[in-house]
Amino acid sequence: MSIVVGQEAFAAAVLDPTLPVPAGVVSYRGDADEKRFAVYRNNVHVGLVGVVAAKYPVCATLVGEEFFTAMARLYVASHKPTSPIMMHYASDFAAFIEGFEGARPVPYLADVARLEQAWSVAYNARDEQPLSIGHLASLAAEDLGSFGLAAHPAAALVRSAYPIGSIWSAHHAAGVAVRPGAESVLVSRPGAEVNVTVIPSADAGFCGELLSGATIAAAAAHTLDQHPDFDFGRALVGLSSIGAFSSSTRKD
Amino acid sequence: MSAKRLPARAGLGLKPQHYTQILETVPDIGFFEVHAENYMGDGGPPHRYLEAVCGRYPLSLHGVGLSIGGEDRLSLDHLRRLRSLIERYRPQSFSEHLAWSSHGESALNDLLPLPYTGATLDRVAAHVDQVQQALGRRMLLENPSTYVLFAESTIAEIDFLAGVAGRTGCGLLLDVNNVMVSSVNHRVDPFAYVDRFPVEHVGEIHLAGYDEAVDAAGERLLIDAHASRVSPDVWALFRHTLGRTGPQPTLVEWDNSVPAFDVLADEAALVDAAIASAGSSSGAPSVRRMAS
Amino acid sequence: MNRVSSVVLAASLLSALAGASVTGAVAQDATEKCYGVALAGQNDCAAGPGTTCAGTSVIDYQGNAWKAVPSGTCLTMSLDGDRKGALEALDRDLPQA
Repeated sequence: MSIVVGQEAFAAAVLDPTLPVPAGVVSYRGDADEKRFAVYRNNVHVGLVGVVAAKYPVCATLVGEEFFTAMARLYVASHKPTSPIMMHYASDFAAFIEGFEGARPVPYLADVARLEQAWSVAYNARDEQPLSIGHLASLAAEDLGSFGLAAHPAAALVRSAYPIGSIWSAHHAAGVAVRPGAESVLVSRPGAEVNVTVIPSADAGFCGELLSGATIAAAAAHTLDQHPDFDFGRALVGLSSIGAFSSSTRKD
Repeated sequence: MSAKRLPARAGLGLKPQHYTQILETVPDIGFFEVHAENYMGDGGPPHRYLEAVCGRYPLSLHGVGLSIGGEDRLSLDHLRRLRSLIERYRPQSFSEHLAWSSHGESALNDLLPLPYTGATLDRVAAHVDQVQQALGRRMLLENPSTYVLFAESTIAEIDFLAGVAGRTGCGLLLDVNNVMVSSVNHRVDPFAYVDRFPVEHVGEIHLAGYDEAVDAAGERLLIDAHASRVSPDVWALFRHTLGRTGPQPTLVEWDNSVPAFDVLADEAALVDAAIASAGSSSGAPSVRRMAS
Repeated sequence: MNRVSSVVLAASLLSALAGASVTGAVAQDATEKCYGVALAGQNDCAAGPGTTCAGTSVIDYQGNAWKAVPSGTCLTMSLDGDRKGALEALDRDLPQA
């Protein structure tokens, strides 16, 4: 009676190269052949590293292929996908980078990864018309401050102490200079294509509050506390025009 | 496209880097194939492009994540996602693999092998039944590339596939490159494999390029890489296969190191020429090679 | 915290709408160009990590001790004022590997 090889044991050996080839898994000669079994180990590992590299192309270019592959390999070793849909894999790669000692020489790498993750989410997000400027104008006639604005499915705000928008842009277009300093970026998809927009810091705070559910009045008041010259109208029109919101709801 | 079947012509994998060229130039390709899982996002450009391509070409939907050979139950969520893709795009064909790729909480993103026994045949047939019920249509099951065997196997792969097709009514996707890869790896004659294959169930053929490696004993080991042109020996096996199956929808798979679209179109033209010459000499036996 | 009345907010909004010459829903393109810094880069083509049913012959699954150092554009990005550099990174003491 031959040994029955369970998939639990097979999967465990695929994921852990220090385990032996499971008994009963053989070559045509009948022997356990490490190199044959290694094809499966390799497919799983290289495939997942490739998924990470495809999702974070700017990060990969920033640190170079050798560094990136070594870092992604460590990530893959400790983070296996839980879904067969690879576009969802490595969504927490930025957090991994942040905690990864080896990436310290590039302190903005985690935030660039956040931007690329937001880009990927926006690319695949549900299609929806953003809140129109016309709708915004109609709110002005009502009790404007009591409304909340729901985040558009593609919209995400990434705030950074580093010029992540310029860094990202320098990898997509020629002649972009990068000035040291903080940048806040709104990633959105108001129409067919993903937009990456650097927005003023005050507007980013305002936008962040709205996206996390604050009323317009509360978000504006908080922002004015920190930025007395905050231009509320310009921010709201601007953010709406780049597709930050999908709809308005009266909150009280 | 409203045709019910894929045409017996060359098809190509639809790659994002070729979306605009395909839509602008509308090349003469028989059909396009996509991996279902790459279109399981909620919206955005992938769906917009696929919709546009679907308006001009027949579509083959090829799943790589259902884990039909798995010990676990099939994911009902994944079946629902497949069903909604099928309802949206009405593909002329849906296919999946005789393999498993998920276990427990982990998706391994590779097509892993299974032993061929009475018990695994029961399981795979039950899963294929469940898929066809859930999707409301017939599916094609593809023969895998394998690098190892299981001592416990008691059924030949061909008989296993024929058994699943016989019990469930599913069709088979005959991947000729996989036949070459597995046959070389397990030292059996690929031509004899094709000669024994239950061709009455075949609904599509796959071709691809393989890579070469060696195993621990220093012997030749082929790897299903989808990263190069179809090898000459696979072309020969394909022509031999067409002699048995007659003209079939035939996909050239090229998923890694994807080249310019024109290179893919070249391969497709070679496939169309082979199908045309098989069609014109239909019934005549192709060149046979003696089993070694 | 400041309390902000809806009347004040509405006035600011209406002024912004007027300033952007926007009176209806159709002028989004016009405002889009006036707000923030829209960055280049519609990299559709690189998008979508592929789910693959192919293997690979690159043998790479074995982890190794960490010894890699960044070698990409983080070292050569063109900084404002014709400097080349690594955005603060080179000012810091690098941890010894």
